[in-house]
Amino acid sequence: MSAVDHPTPAAYVALIPLVPLAGAAVLGLFGAPLQKRFGKGPIGWLACATVGASFLLAVVAFVQLLGMPPQARGAGLVADLFPWIHVGTLRVDVAFAVDPLSAVMILVVTGIGGLIHLYATGYMHDDPGFWRFFAYLNLFTFAMLTLVLGDSLLLLFVGWEGVGFCSWALISFWHKDPANARAGNKAFIVNRVGDFGFVLGIFLLFWTLDAHGHGTLLFRELRAAAPALAGERLWGVGVPTLATLLLFVGATGKSAQIPLYVWLPDAMAGPTPVSALIHAATMVTAGIYMIGRLSFLFAMAPATLWVVACVGAATALLAATIAVAQNDIKKVLAYSTVSQLGYMFLAMGVGAYGAGIFHLMTHAFFKACLFLGSGSVIHAMGGEQDMRKMGGLWAKLPATGKTFLIATLAITGCPFLAGFFSKDAILWAAYASPHGHVGLWALGTAVAGLTAFYMFRQVFMVFFGECRADPDVQHHLHESPAVMTIPLWVLAAGSIVAGYLGVPHALGGPVGIPHLFERWLEPVTGPQVLAEAGGAGGGEVGVELALMAISVAVAAGGVLLAWLLYVRRRPDPAVFSAALGGVPYRLVLNKWYVDELYQAVFVRGTLALAALTAWFDRWVIDGLVNGAAAAVRGVSALAGLFDRWVVDGAVNVVADGTYVVGRRLRRLQTGAVTTYLYVIVLGVLGSVALWWSWAGAS
Amino acid sequence: MGELAVTHFVVLATVLFALGLFCVVTRRNALGILMGVELILNAANVNYVAFARYAQTGYDGQLFAIVVIMLAAAEAAIGLAIVLGIYRSFETIDVEATDRLRG
Repeated sequence: MSAVDHPTPAAYVALIPLVPLAGAAVLGLFGAPLQKRFGKGPIGWLACATVGASFLLAVVAFVQLLGMPPQARGAGLVADLFPWIHVGTLRVDVAFAVDPLSAVMILVVTGIGGLIHLYATGYMHDDPGFWRFFAYLNLFTFAMLTLVLGDSLLLLFVGWEGVGFCSWALISFWHKDPANARAGNKAFIVNRVGDFGFVLGIFLLFWTLDAHGHGTLLFRELRAAAPALAGERLWGVGVPTLATLLLFVGATGKSAQIPLYVWLPDAMAGPTPVSALIHAATMVTAGIYMIGRLSFLFAMAPATLWVVACVGAATALLAATIAVAQNDIKKVLAYSTVSQLGYMFLAMGVGAYGAGIFHLMTHAFFKACLFLGSGSVIHAMGGEQDMRKMGGLWAKLPATGKTFLIATLAITGCPFLAGFFSKDAILWAAYASPHGHVGLWALGTAVAGLTAFYMFRQVFMVFFGECRADPDVQHHLHESPAVMTIPLWVLAAGSIVAGYLGVPHALGGPVGIPHLFERWLEPVTGPQVLAEAGGAGGGEVGVELALMAISVAVAAGGVLLAWLLYVRRRPDPAVFSAALGGVPYRLVLNKWYVDELYQAVFVRGTLALAALTAWFDRWVIDGLVNGAAAAVRGVSALAGLFDRWVVDGAVNVVADGTYVVGRRLRRLQTGAVTTYLYVIVLGVLGSVALWWSWAGAS
Repeated sequence: MGELAVTHFVVLATVLFALGLFCVVTRRNALGILMGVELILNAANVNYVAFARYAQTGYDGQLFAIVVIMLAAAEAAIGLAIVLGIYRSFETIDVEATDRLRG
């Protein structure tokens, strides 16, 4: 246990996020003059080089972890940069830690991120904001690496917000179109709602632990202190349940789950490499990572796990049904991403953390490949995104077509490709886990069928059949340059081989292939639920193989239906869209009217509330202020009257009296000398007479 | 009768004083007023000298009379200077016309 408490110091780990940060700083501050002086080439190479360097460091960290005994591996490598917040009992450092889970994440982020950077140098080549794009992209890489490497909830939250900001900036990258700016704002605001829950969850955890004297946000200390939460209750709910539910609210925002998934399809307004990097491979998986990171906490809250599983399954189904009817090539992939994220949450919810993270990794490969492939198609079509105007591109875009097909097969769950292993691990867990339920398994399998249908619908509409594009668009069709196709091939290869890291026991056991991925994550997520179930006996293995066969059959059914509808054209798709009066079709085409519902309830509601509070502010608050002002004005008017009429009045009466008397008295000064003489004489005579009369009396 | 008594001088001085006073209060000419003032002063001098002669009290009375003569000379000098100033300002020495100090 003591080894768990003492991670191995490894200063170079800090460079993994800091190198892309340096790249972002250089590009962000000096990008414009550099681009003017040296052109776009060096900008693109700098951006790719920083992520490439991070990838190499991530590989070094991975290799170092491989060489450590499992217990020390669980504690991981840590680079403690500097003390950040030391207030009261709260002690948080800026420290980056690599443990098996982080190692997977940083390899995905820097590896797939690096490929997408490379691809973007081709895709964005004609954009004047080239430097700005790569500054954001590097900044995003930094933020995402902070998210997965931060050794405390607080640092994770910094990365969490950082990726949210970069997501906003990159969705609205072509900000001159108000629709793009609106999409960015929508993403940011919806995420804000989730972040609110996330912050409350952090507060609740810290607050409760602090009351026990273990106030901490460090993951490894949280893990040790978590048992203290077991008996705690708040408002009649267990604190672990409440805290994990709040954190899950944050995850639904960031990872696009019901009810906060609405931003992700709109986020496709951003450039396609952004959709691939942020809105498919990395950022949206932050919620999955967070649950995996705090799996010890979620394991204490079965109610939350049940909510997570149900929300995941429901989102998977809802998004898959919407994807069936979309005609925008990127919208289909966006809903597909929402749906696949639902799978991952389903896995987390049934306690199969390893399977969830495994699907996260395989999904990153094939979904990035699909998005980049769609970008290549859009690039070739001169910006066209409507699949109804595509078709027959297989011959024109051979590399894109082949890699797209490989990735589609992988996501469909074609046996022995990556998606097959990860998806079946989830479905098996949904069925067999103590937290699972056969209903969840059935939902997941239905979604597998839908996924196969809409993905092959897309492949058939885009790459097969007649080309429905305008003649001059057809004339300009061309395969993308090597800088874009090489990442596609690498990702396609990943979509094939990544699955072999997690061969299920039922298949791998007999031929001696171990489940590498679960064993790798075991120090973080604890012993796998699956391992216990899978190792139970031959009967269980038989069930697992049977379920696998069912899901493959369902997927094959979906592919067949897509082939019938969109290649053979018999039955015509219109028959389906017209079924039941066209109501189901219109519902899924219009995304179940969820956006309209949110608009009516939340946006209008918020505006109405704002109007109400504005009214209150104007008439009550301002009324109070104005009333007080009027009262003061009245009192001062009275005081003014008193001053004018009483105080000034007294002064004026004295002054006026003096004036009047003086006016009268001045008449005495006649200026005539004779008058004075008369007065003098009479005065003397009068005085003498007085004196005599006085003298005579005495 | 025959013998001059102090009463005669007192009567003379009284007449002189009355004439001077009359002159001072009735004259409109500033020089006339100054002359009236001289008459009043001299009426006082006559009294000083007469009472000094008949009361046999030494020469105090005579001394006072000389002081008054000196005083009258000084007064005449200043008074004439004022009259000259009045004339410069008003082109007249009629005191009824010089009423610029009227309040």
